[in-house]
Amino acid sequence: MTERALRAQPRNRVIVSKTVAPYLFLAPFMLLFAAFLIVPLIYAFDISLYKKAMVGGVKFVGADNYVKAFTDPKFWEGVGVLFKFAFLQIPVMIGTALVFALILDSGVVWAKSFFRVSFFIPYAVPAVIATLIWSYLYGPAYGPIGQTARSLGFEAPDFVSAKWILASIANIAQWEYMGYNMIIYFAALQAIPTDLEEASVVDGASAFAYATRIKLPMIVPTIIVTVVFSIIGSLQLFTEPFLIQNMARSIINSNYTPNYYAYTLTFVGQQPNYAAAISFLLGGVIAIVSYAFMLLANRRIDR
Amino acid sequence: MADRKNASPVTFGFGRRDFLRGAAALPLLAGLPKMASAEDTVELLVWAWTPDTAVQAEMFMKKFPNIKIKIENQGGGKPHYDKLRNAIQAGSGLPDVAQMEFNSIPSFRALQALADMGPYGANDVKDKFIDWTWAAGSDGDAVYSIPWDSGPMGSIYRDDIYAANGLTPAKTWDEFAESAMKLAKDKPGTYLTNFVGASDAGWLGSQLWQIGARPFHVNGEEIHIEINSQKAKDLLNYWQKLVDAKAVDTTPGWTTEWFAGMDEGKYATWIAAAWSPIVMQQSMKKSFGLWRAAPMPMWEAGKNVTSNWGGSTFSAFTTSQHLAEATQFAVFMGSDPEAARLWNTKQFLFPVLKELAADADLMGNAFEFYGNQPVNQVFAESLSQVDPTFEFAPFQDYADQILTDALAKAIGGAGTMADALDGVQDAVVTYAQDQGFTVV
Repeated sequence: MTERALRAQPRNRVIVSKTVAPYLFLAPFMLLFAAFLIVPLIYAFDISLYKKAMVGGVKFVGADNYVKAFTDPKFWEGVGVLFKFAFLQIPVMIGTALVFALILDSGVVWAKSFFRVSFFIPYAVPAVIATLIWSYLYGPAYGPIGQTARSLGFEAPDFVSAKWILASIANIAQWEYMGYNMIIYFAALQAIPTDLEEASVVDGASAFAYATRIKLPMIVPTIIVTVVFSIIGSLQLFTEPFLIQNMARSIINSNYTPNYYAYTLTFVGQQPNYAAAISFLLGGVIAIVSYAFMLLANRRIDR
Repeated sequence: MADRKNASPVTFGFGRRDFLRGAAALPLLAGLPKMASAEDTVELLVWAWTPDTAVQAEMFMKKFPNIKIKIENQGGGKPHYDKLRNAIQAGSGLPDVAQMEFNSIPSFRALQALADMGPYGANDVKDKFIDWTWAAGSDGDAVYSIPWDSGPMGSIYRDDIYAANGLTPAKTWDEFAESAMKLAKDKPGTYLTNFVGASDAGWLGSQLWQIGARPFHVNGEEIHIEINSQKAKDLLNYWQKLVDAKAVDTTPGWTTEWFAGMDEGKYATWIAAAWSPIVMQQSMKKSFGLWRAAPMPMWEAGKNVTSNWGGSTFSAFTTSQHLAEATQFAVFMGSDPEAARLWNTKQFLFPVLKELAADADLMGNAFEFYGNQPVNQVFAESLSQVDPTFEFAPFQDYADQILTDALAKAIGGAGTMADALDGVQDAVVTYAQDQGFTVV
């Protein structure tokens, strides 16, 4: 149908010009986007330019909070912890998610949808609940793992010691988000045309070679997106250390991660202005790291 | 916020229809502004965490049918205060009245959030209260909070473990250390106590209080800060020695591990406040009835100085539209002898009223949790020995957070706890200056 033919259609509904229509469709999204993202951002930025003291009240301080945040060792310590966390957790999570997605996609698995759903279910469990479950499991004296170990004559593993705490938190994140990433990969794999498989079989490729040489390279863009999501998520870590703090008080302090630090500053230290600056700085760090990763990944792909 | 749904007051055996309507016309306090008449009902929103506060609220509503009390439990301690601060910050959502611990009063006063209940007649009940408890929430004739319960310290210990190991409650801290060393040697895996000072700043405060450290002295906009005093270092060196010798354990307080440790007999003593059994009996089913109370150990034999930990008050907020009724409620909760008696015998809340602390009948009350020991006598004696000069900072929560961060790190093996105090002192002084106080 030509455009003219379209125009010739009788219209008995409200007539909206073509330039306005898209905005109307976008309106619900834009409204929510503005209310829950743009406005809070402006608000946070605004308060980050002031300082409220118990004595002396509120005064405008310009970039002071940012200067202070930029040179605050407590902030950078937190960023350091999260870099360690991200390097530890993301490759393991992405790796296992890929393996499971490839296995599910390969068609050799019995009860495929059952496994697909079971791997995904932890993602539906709120992080708070997940952390509570795991902190019970980690309990050195009365957790089931510790008790089993002792009844078998071994020493109970100390999951919350200085050496293991980060790995223990990473394990919670792994449990929560592996299934989520796996579903994304699985969907990407399903979109690969089956004629590629037929062609590779004709060419004599094994299932393994087909998976690693053809399927994996084809979903690289998806992998990059999930890694970026994971980087963003990792650098915002809060719930898990917040809830597990009591089990490892000597390691998890109130500025263990930047978000935890911002929380402490706001709700314990009565410094919401400074906390807003910390949050923006963290946003900056996340943007730089994500962008750097994408740049790096794209360069690899171009080669 | 899920609590809101379940927050409606529990009805207690008697229906509100049975109330004597006539009682409504009698104002409880002389000198109160004319109260709302019985026809127009005022609703007060109250945030309190003590279990079954609704029972006492029912008693209040029976007496004042024109005031309806709605209790909401926001969780005890930090969540409660975080939500209050959040509401103050937001400028809306504050309750009319909230439960407030003694150590939190200065910080909420600093936020200008607490209403002065003096003009509504709060001072009329002043003389009923044990002096230091009243002083903690008032400033001359201005009354910012009305005491409800106190937390005199004692030694809460397992009779069975003490008997089996030939221990008696330590009279001095030296004796306590000896017993700790002995028990750790005789019975590996059992500890005389678990040191929670690095995770529970409130508890540590009670210990600083007893030994004579005075970290803060506030005078208007001037504040004196001495967190790293010699007395404070003495206290932490004492515990450091026991920690290093593995004579006490260091599981963070208020965790499942810790509660289970006490219930299972891993820890034989908790130096704690009169109200502690409220939380103990919720999670300690096996050891119920095996506990006893004795005076807390003293630093100098024969010189009895104790301290207070926790205990709470009721404060009204400046945002409340019904300050007269709010005051009436706070006054009732704190000073009604029948309500206080019920709370003590059922919920271990220790009275702040002179009349009740001297009441032979109440003091002789036997508690099943303590194997029918009349423990009130122990805590009443402790209450009379509390040195009332201890002060809290207007930013106590923040100081506590810095303190526990530093002490926990030291317990984890980085230096000693006494040395960590120097860093805490610097950080808190910087913070106080940043908040506009003049540090003297």
